[in-house]
Amino acid sequence: MNDEVQERQEKKATSRTALAFGITALASIGLAVTYWFGGQEQIEGSLLAVALGGLGFGFVQVAKHLLPQGPYVEDREALPSSDEDEAAFAADFEQGEGWLSRRGFLLKMLGLAGGAIGIAALFPIRSLGPNPGQSLFRTKWRRGSLVVDEQGEPVAVDTLDVGGALTVFPEGHLEVEDSQTILIRLSREDVVTRPGRELWGPEGYVGFSKVCTHAGCPVGLYQQQFKKLLCPCHQSTFSVPDGAQPTFGPATRSLPQLPLMVDDEGMLRARSDYTEPVGPGFWDRGT
Amino acid sequence: MIVRRIVRWFDERLGAARFVRTALNKVFPDHWSFMLGELALYSFVILILTGVYLTFFFTPGTKEVVYNGSYAPLKGVSMSQAYESVLRISFDVRAGLVMRQIHHWAALIFVGSIIAHLMRIFFTGAFRRPRELNWMIGVTLLLLAIANGFTGYSLPDDQLSGTGLRIMYSVVISVPVVGVWSAFLVFGGEFPGNEVLTRFFVIHILIVPAAIAILLSAHLAILVRQKHTQFRGPARKERNVVGARLWPTFTAKTLGLFFFVFAVCALLGGLAQINPVWIWGPFQPAAVSAGSQPDWYVGWLEGSLRLLPGWELRAFGHEVPNPFFSGVLLPGITFMLLYAWPFLEGRFTKENREEHHLLDRPRDRPVRTAIGVGALAFYAVLFVAGGNDVLASRFNVSVNLITNILRVSLFVVPAAAAFFTYRLCKELAARSPTAGEPEAPAGAELVVRSPEGGYVDVEEPARTP
Repeated sequence: MNDEVQERQEKKATSRTALAFGITALASIGLAVTYWFGGQEQIEGSLLAVALGGLGFGFVQVAKHLLPQGPYVEDREALPSSDEDEAAFAADFEQGEGWLSRRGFLLKMLGLAGGAIGIAALFPIRSLGPNPGQSLFRTKWRRGSLVVDEQGEPVAVDTLDVGGALTVFPEGHLEVEDSQTILIRLSREDVVTRPGRELWGPEGYVGFSKVCTHAGCPVGLYQQQFKKLLCPCHQSTFSVPDGAQPTFGPATRSLPQLPLMVDDEGMLRARSDYTEPVGPGFWDRGT
Repeated sequence: MIVRRIVRWFDERLGAARFVRTALNKVFPDHWSFMLGELALYSFVILILTGVYLTFFFTPGTKEVVYNGSYAPLKGVSMSQAYESVLRISFDVRAGLVMRQIHHWAALIFVGSIIAHLMRIFFTGAFRRPRELNWMIGVTLLLLAIANGFTGYSLPDDQLSGTGLRIMYSVVISVPVVGVWSAFLVFGGEFPGNEVLTRFFVIHILIVPAAIAILLSAHLAILVRQKHTQFRGPARKERNVVGARLWPTFTAKTLGLFFFVFAVCALLGGLAQINPVWIWGPFQPAAVSAGSQPDWYVGWLEGSLRLLPGWELRAFGHEVPNPFFSGVLLPGITFMLLYAWPFLEGRFTKENREEHHLLDRPRDRPVRTAIGVGALAFYAVLFVAGGNDVLASRFNVSVNLITNILRVSLFVVPAAAAFFTYRLCKELAARSPTAGEPEAPAGAELVVRSPEGGYVDVEEPARTP
């Protein structure tokens, strides 16, 4: 490439760069004006992109056409230090280390002190949270808790038609995560989902914990046709007439069933709390 | 003249002229794949810039307030302070929404470019001695980037982020012995807990960014000390580095790249809607929607939670529940293998007795390349599985069928990908006779179609320096 061609190319690159920087300046003014008149995110984003793109284009032009291209060669010296340097370092270090190792008792006491202060410093971590205690084993449901829907309205025997489903809570504890229960009406007769649960499903109403036994998402989708509950997070599927036993997906355990009864006024109430922990498994769950 | 005087003033006080001159003359080899790490660095800078702006307006509180801002559909709805402040940033803070969206897009690009950078390092063998330390720092940076992404998108306290937190809580309590206590300490009690947003805020804006900044500095310092690796080529040897100097050419080039990255983030932030939390609504513990997917870099964990069949361990009155295997064990093994890879490979190839500064072409290391592609295929299948419900509704087939197909694919696809890659590497290596020689010219092969309709291989003439 002769000098004349190169000069012409440099000139072109210079004017391209100048143009790009000019566009940046204009777009920046536009950005300020947009902001001043109330802002609009599509225009802001686009103008900012043009402004920054102009700078980017300009700098790349400069790098590619106006600055020395090389290639430059740099020697790579060996990484390890020379043997003398390494030995000198070791000697210097051992001055201190030797002093310490000759005083084994002091070193042990230092270890004791360091360990003690380290352990003491861990104690405040305990302030971060309460003792789990029984909180994973109990919910807000109690014997006689009135069943209410998400608006706090009590649920009567005729609230749901057969095939209907409703998210319910114990009265006074709306939106409490571990107490959310899905109430389903299966038929007009009492429903027994498992031996031992003869009295839990009055008038076809069955209640199951809505907290998935896999990873705790609300098991929100009731497929009326198949009488199945589906968790939208990881697709665990539970068969309602069989005591919400898992039939597909990662869940390993049935959804716990809430024992229900109908009181003298025809309102649904809980017979008791859930008889097992709700939600995902944990080490001490005690299966 | 003025420059000389400023230099003199500083040099008289710091005596740094010689050192800085050496730094200015540092040589950077030129290859497009070397920009991937720079992409990560620059998206981190963009994250800091936009993130600082967002902290001026965000309130990490769980106290219930009634919304009264300018987004009409949610007027009068009760929500947490956190969610309310995100709505305020999005609708009532001028330039707030564009900042928020640039921040979110930059986060996606940040993790993406780290992974692309890691793949470049892996497939070219740049992790070999003496760079094992920097490899491990890089893997830690990936871990921190994912952690900061997760804590970040949990902060708005919308329906989607609440679902993510609920799953995370379940994964934490699944850890044997210490799980429940750990979850209670992190969340400040049983889920949803009153403290988790405040804590995630501190983690997200202070602890993790500080750790990233420190490790990033170490990453770059070690890079400068050890100098860059380079591909084989004319005049390129183990004992030199060939390329452009830091000042001025590389500086101009990399500044250009920075502005381009920022421009792309700004364009996306302005035009491409991301995480519209006002559509998801405030978090309610009893609600969830189908099609709940995390940000892309958590997709593989979501997929593993979905694919693992209902297995768990129960013995002696204790249990190790299902999410432990997919949510703790799998990522644990993944990162242990990543950390250990340079040493594992060194043990098998016995190549760690000397330094390596010239890069491998992936085809010249068929076993490593095949393992890498197989692993990528494994995580790609998991990622796809994270959207099995979306696939099922898009293609109108049962989610159970999709899940079962993906369960099989999780083993078949990586094996097939690895085998195919191995064969391809062998084939390519056999066709480039110059492979493995230090002075190999940058030759490439072309397949040319002849006028008669046949195909012939043509060796491209070697480029001269």
